[in-house]
Amino acid sequence: MPFALDSGNTAWMLTASALVLLMTPGLAFFYGGMVRGKSVLNMMMMSFAAMGVVGVIWMLYGYSGAFGSNVLGGLVGNPLEFFGVNTITDEQSLMAAAGVPALVAVVFQATFAIITVALISGAVADRMKFSAWMVFAGIWATLVYIPMAHMVWGGGLLGPDGITSGISTPIDFAGGTVVHINAGMAGLVLAIILGKRKGFNKEPMRPHNLPFVMLGAALLWFGWFGFNAGSEFAADGTAGRAWLNTVLATCVAMLGWLATEKVRDGRPTSLGAASGVVAGLVAITPAAASVDTFGAIAIGGIAGVLCALAVGLKYKFGYDDSLDVVGVHLVGGLTGTVLIGFFAHVGGGVNGTWYLDGSKNGLFYGGGANQLVTQIIVALFAVVFSGVMTTIIALAIKAVMGLRATEEAEVGGIDLAVHGETAYESLGGARVTQEVKA
Amino acid sequence: MKLVTGIIQPHRLDEVKAALEAAGVRGMTVSEASGYGRQRGHTEVYRGAEYQVDLIPKVRIEVLVADEDAVAITDAIVGAAHSGKIGDGKVWTVPVEDVARVRTGEHGPSAL
Repeated sequence: MPFALDSGNTAWMLTASALVLLMTPGLAFFYGGMVRGKSVLNMMMMSFAAMGVVGVIWMLYGYSGAFGSNVLGGLVGNPLEFFGVNTITDEQSLMAAAGVPALVAVVFQATFAIITVALISGAVADRMKFSAWMVFAGIWATLVYIPMAHMVWGGGLLGPDGITSGISTPIDFAGGTVVHINAGMAGLVLAIILGKRKGFNKEPMRPHNLPFVMLGAALLWFGWFGFNAGSEFAADGTAGRAWLNTVLATCVAMLGWLATEKVRDGRPTSLGAASGVVAGLVAITPAAASVDTFGAIAIGGIAGVLCALAVGLKYKFGYDDSLDVVGVHLVGGLTGTVLIGFFAHVGGGVNGTWYLDGSKNGLFYGGGANQLVTQIIVALFAVVFSGVMTTIIALAIKAVMGLRATEEAEVGGIDLAVHGETAYESLGGARVTQEVKA
Repeated sequence: MKLVTGIIQPHRLDEVKAALEAAGVRGMTVSEASGYGRQRGHTEVYRGAEYQVDLIPKVRIEVLVADEDAVAITDAIVGAAHSGKIGDGKVWTVPVEDVARVRTGEHGPSAL
C-alpha cells in the first residue's frame, strides 16, 4: 500500500507522544508523595531511570521486537528487522493506514514501554538497590514488555490470529493487558521476592506529601488523553469516544473510591480521590473505544470500588506492595479487561466505538459469552506470563548482584545513602564543611 | 516573680492574647509545641490503613509576671482558652529567681 501522509493525524500523534511521556514524571510525583520524606528522591528517580534505560532500548531493538515479524511462534517480533529504526519505511509504519510516519509510531510506542516499567517501581519503594532497579528495568522491558506488546498489538499470540482466534478477537485498546496487568503482576512478584520494608505494618509509613500525589494524579490524567485517545492512531470520532470515556470512567471511579472510604473509614480522603482517578484511568484503558457511555460509567464505578477494597489485600496476605501497584494496576487492569466481555459495544449505532475484525459485542449487548471468554483468556495469559518471567528475572538479579539496599540505607533514608542528596533541608541537617573546588 | 506557662489549642491563641492584653500583660513568648494529654492524639487513615498520631499540634504561651498577678493571669489564660472539649490544655506557674532586661541590664521586678 503506498503511503499517503496525513498531516492532521500525524500532528495529533506527535502531540499524543508528548502527553504519554509526561505521564512518567507525573507518576514520579504520584509515587513520590506517597513515600516518606527520606526516600522521595529515590522513588522519583526510579521513574526517571526507566525513561533513560527503556527509551534507549526501544529505539535500538524494542520497537522491532514488538512490531517486527513473528518469531518464536508469535511470542515476539524479530528484534533485528528494524534494528535502530533507521531503515524502516513509512509504508511499514504501524500507523500507515492513518497516514502517520513510522518514526512517529516508534516514539509513541516508546512512551508506553517507559511508563509500564516505571509503574512497577511503586511496589518496591524505599528498599531496592538502585543499580538492581536499572538492570531490572532493562531486562524486564526486553523479556516481558516487548513480547507482551508484540503478542497483543504486533499480530502475535494474543492478536486476531492468536490463541483465541476460534472464539473472538481480544480487545485491548490502549494497554489493559500489555501495560497494567503486566506491570501489576510484576510489582506483586518483585515485592514478594524483595521482601517487606523494615517495619511494614508496624511503624507508620504515611504519605509525606499529599499535594504531590494529587499533582501526579492530575498529570497522569492529562497524559492519559494521549495514552487512550492516541491509541486510535488518528484524530477522528473514535479518538473522541476514547477521550470521552477517559473523562467519564475516571470521574465515576473517583466517586466510587470516595464513597467506599466514606462508608468504610468515615472520611473521604485526598489520597482516595487521587487513587480513584488512577484506578478509573487504568480500568478504562483497554475498553476506552469499545464501550458506550453507560459501559464507561459501569467500568469506572466498579473499578473505583474494587480497587479501593483491593488495596487492603497486602495487609491480609502480608506482601509489601508499598504503593499499591497490585491494588490499582493489576486489579484495575483485570477489571477493565474482563468487563469488556460484558460491556463491549462494537456494533453500529454508537458514535465512535471501535472494534477489531472478529471481535464481538459483550454479554450485556447481545454478543453472547465469546468476547467474555476471550477477555478472560488473555487476562490470565498476561498474569501467568508476567508472573513467571518476572520471577525468573528477579531471582536471577538477586543471585548475581542482590536486589535489596542495605538496612542502614533503608532506615537512614535511601536518598542520602544511595544518591547523596536529601529532598528537604530538615532531613540532611547538613552544613557546608568544605568549599566546592573549582 | 513567676513564670506562667500555658499549653493551649492553637485555634484559641487569638482569644488568649486578647485576654492577656486586657489584663495588662505587655509581653509574652509564643511557640509551637506538640504533645498529648488524656485525649491521646488522633487517627489518620491512608488507603484504609489507620495510623495513630500521638503528638498533636499545640501552642505554648509563656508570660513573666509579678507575684501578685500570677493567679489573675492564669485565670485569664484559662478563661480564654476554654472550649470545654478534651485537649484544651494546661496552665502552670513556677517561681522565677531573677530576671534581667538585656537592653538596660537592670535586674528584678523592674525588668518585668
